[in-house]
Amino acid sequence: MRPSFDVLWLQAGGCGGCTMAMLDRSAGLFGELRSLGIQLLWHPSFSEQSGDEVRDIFEAVAAGRRPLDALVVEGAVLRGPQGTGLAQRVAGMGRTMLDLVQSLAPRANYCVAAGSCAAYGGVSAGLPDPVEATGLQFEKDTAGGLLGRDFRSRKGLPVVNIAGCAPHPGWIVETLTALAAGVLRADQLDGFGRPRFFADHLAHHGCSRNEFYEYKASAVATGERGCLMEHLGCKATQSVGDCNQRTWNGGGACTHAGYACIACTSPGFEDARGFTTTPKVAGIPVGLPLDMPKAWFIALAALSKSATPRRVRDNATADHVAVPPRRNAPGDGTAG
Amino acid sequence: MTRLVVGPFNRVEGDLEVTLDVADGVVAAARVSAPMFRGFERILVGRPPGDALAIVPRICGICSVSQSMAAVAALRAVAGVVPPPNGALAADLSHAAENIADHLTHFYLFFMPDFCRDEYASEPWFDDVAARFKAIEGSAAGELLPARAQLLHVLGIIAGKWPHSLAFRSGGTTRGLDLGETMRLIAAVAQLRGFLERVLFAAPLEEVAALSDRAALDAFAEAPRTRNGDFALFLRLARDLRLDRLGRGTTGLMSYGAYRGAGEALFRGGLYDPTTGGTGEIAPERIAEDVTSTWLADGPVHPAEADTHPAVHKPEAYGWAKAPRLDGRPVEVGALARQVVDGAPLARALVADGGSNVAARVVARLFEVARVALAMETWARGLEIGRPFCIPDLPSPDGAAAGLVEAARGSLGHWVTIRNGETARYQIIAPTTWNFSPRDARGVPGPLEQALVGTPVGERGARAAAIQHVVRSFDPCMVCTAH
Repeated sequence: MRPSFDVLWLQAGGCGGCTMAMLDRSAGLFGELRSLGIQLLWHPSFSEQSGDEVRDIFEAVAAGRRPLDALVVEGAVLRGPQGTGLAQRVAGMGRTMLDLVQSLAPRANYCVAAGSCAAYGGVSAGLPDPVEATGLQFEKDTAGGLLGRDFRSRKGLPVVNIAGCAPHPGWIVETLTALAAGVLRADQLDGFGRPRFFADHLAHHGCSRNEFYEYKASAVATGERGCLMEHLGCKATQSVGDCNQRTWNGGGACTHAGYACIACTSPGFEDARGFTTTPKVAGIPVGLPLDMPKAWFIALAALSKSATPRRVRDNATADHVAVPPRRNAPGDGTAG
Repeated sequence: MTRLVVGPFNRVEGDLEVTLDVADGVVAAARVSAPMFRGFERILVGRPPGDALAIVPRICGICSVSQSMAAVAALRAVAGVVPPPNGALAADLSHAAENIADHLTHFYLFFMPDFCRDEYASEPWFDDVAARFKAIEGSAAGELLPARAQLLHVLGIIAGKWPHSLAFRSGGTTRGLDLGETMRLIAAVAQLRGFLERVLFAAPLEEVAALSDRAALDAFAEAPRTRNGDFALFLRLARDLRLDRLGRGTTGLMSYGAYRGAGEALFRGGLYDPTTGGTGEIAPERIAEDVTSTWLADGPVHPAEADTHPAVHKPEAYGWAKAPRLDGRPVEVGALARQVVDGAPLARALVADGGSNVAARVVARLFEVARVALAMETWARGLEIGRPFCIPDLPSPDGAAAGLVEAARGSLGHWVTIRNGETARYQIIAPTTWNFSPRDARGVPGPLEQALVGTPVGERGARAAAIQHVVRSFDPCMVCTAH
């Protein structure tokens, strides 16, 4: 039997939602991990061991007596109030989570941040950042964080940031699988430590509102079918993730469900004001696609708006399909 | 007297530490601590009011829809908005899916694995129970998890994803479902019924929902037709281990009332006193939060006026949770309280012998699963294709209101004040804040602190399974508790 890939999972200053998302795997998470040779050395939501049995595991890893393949941290590391770390004491241990993470991270072959809190601070670091939350290797969009810009885990990788609030369950399982297989290299992470297999895509790719985007046929009010970018705050054209390609919970996605992408894979997303309203200057959205000249975008938008078919224009501000696509008449020999 | 500190206390949502004073092998006093604090009540202040709908779900990864629903209820009350019927039903369907998923996750992944501990290895039932419920390895999880994922398709269809959706608004839900999507909802609810009737209950949901007394439960536990279900297995374990005598709670039981999308609440709200059988109405203005034992600065006690400022060097404090009190007294909340307050005969029978207990809490949770699953079928069929799910968002007017809802784990309240178009104050009292409350200024312990007293730990001390059963019977959500 091949050796297992041992994962120790800690829940720091977060909501536990990354764990809950991971549990959404349709085939059943535990059987899947087993078949991939991934073993949960300890997970706070699933493992039997409690109390002193857990403390023994932490101490054995920290002392180097127990090898650790991956340390996964979910939730931001809380350094406050006033630098004490007392916003999160590890139950039964008389020490802070800040201290525990620092003692375990150097022992792991790989360090993984599950979710935007562990990666960048996330909502736990939302202004005014009451408990001085930070990500493992970034604080919002600045490299450093808890472990420092130059930190590398024992196998030479920076912290692997499975961003997202919560991340897609596939992002978590596939990242762990790639680490277990030894195939995740530093060049497969982007500048914010995110695995490129999902971060080289935009949440916009595959959006079911794509035709509305092409014609700049925009929803004006909540619940309408049109593109959410112009008025309703959508950041999918600027946010990484293959959300609309792999879909969530059996076919869903934020934009599919009728609300804006809030860029939850991006550092600092939590500090937006007005998540469902598009900020504009002189009537033009501030946040346009990053890799397109602004003037071109505006020119093309004006052109496509003028060419918008009535069907697309009318459906954009309806809450159901008001005008269906035109069909050829039955029996005229041009089925379609 | 020996002092034991139990922690890390896992298979609960979030961080929990329990300190026990033990005399002669029995718990004499307990102190319950929520050791993690993020400060959501500060993060929400100064933002546009509607931004709460993006922030509050992220209080909790396991009951994020509940948090959304409480914020929606509060904002709706401020603005005087009424959602269209489809939007109200879709929100209830989403909330019900999350709540059932939580109840099932609790039973299968958090609660039952404790019966597989070595402590029970000599019990005649041990091998069967361990094969079924052993943490991570047991056969039950292999059946639960795919069924749970299927159930959460309800959230995928209505709300895009779970956890953490922005689909829940004052004006309704954001996607107008078409015929195909509505049929997928109906299919997801039908598949839930299939799992429940095949695996959990081994009986029709209607039969479970009609259970009305302890004799009926006893018969259900043994009948050849139903005994192979996981529910019957638990009923036999509970009887064998006398779980009805464990974790006794004698406080009042409270529910704000649940699932109002179809008009009248599916479960009505109120108070129930298990020692007298008396019922009553909740006066929300009589809710207060005491911070005597909390690492927070003193201030006004009513959530409509209170604030949240860390004060980590208070000598008497032992956690981040405030101590909520109704009329100056602690109350227990959760599925048991909800079913008792609603008047379900089975739930009333379970607490008739002097109050709540481990067995009653678990039975009520699964009983509620059957009742809610049946309601979901009705709601899914009540959606009217082509009718609106949402009315447009408008800027919130200034004002103040409370949103009082029921999460899986009990009563959840959000109190919001809006001034000059911004959130000026936001206070949250979560279910486990009630249940796992610390001592108040008069030294009165919270419900779990009371329920742990008298628990036998014998020579096993902090490792005793009985402690695990009592604590987990409440299905604590610690990330919500101190938020």
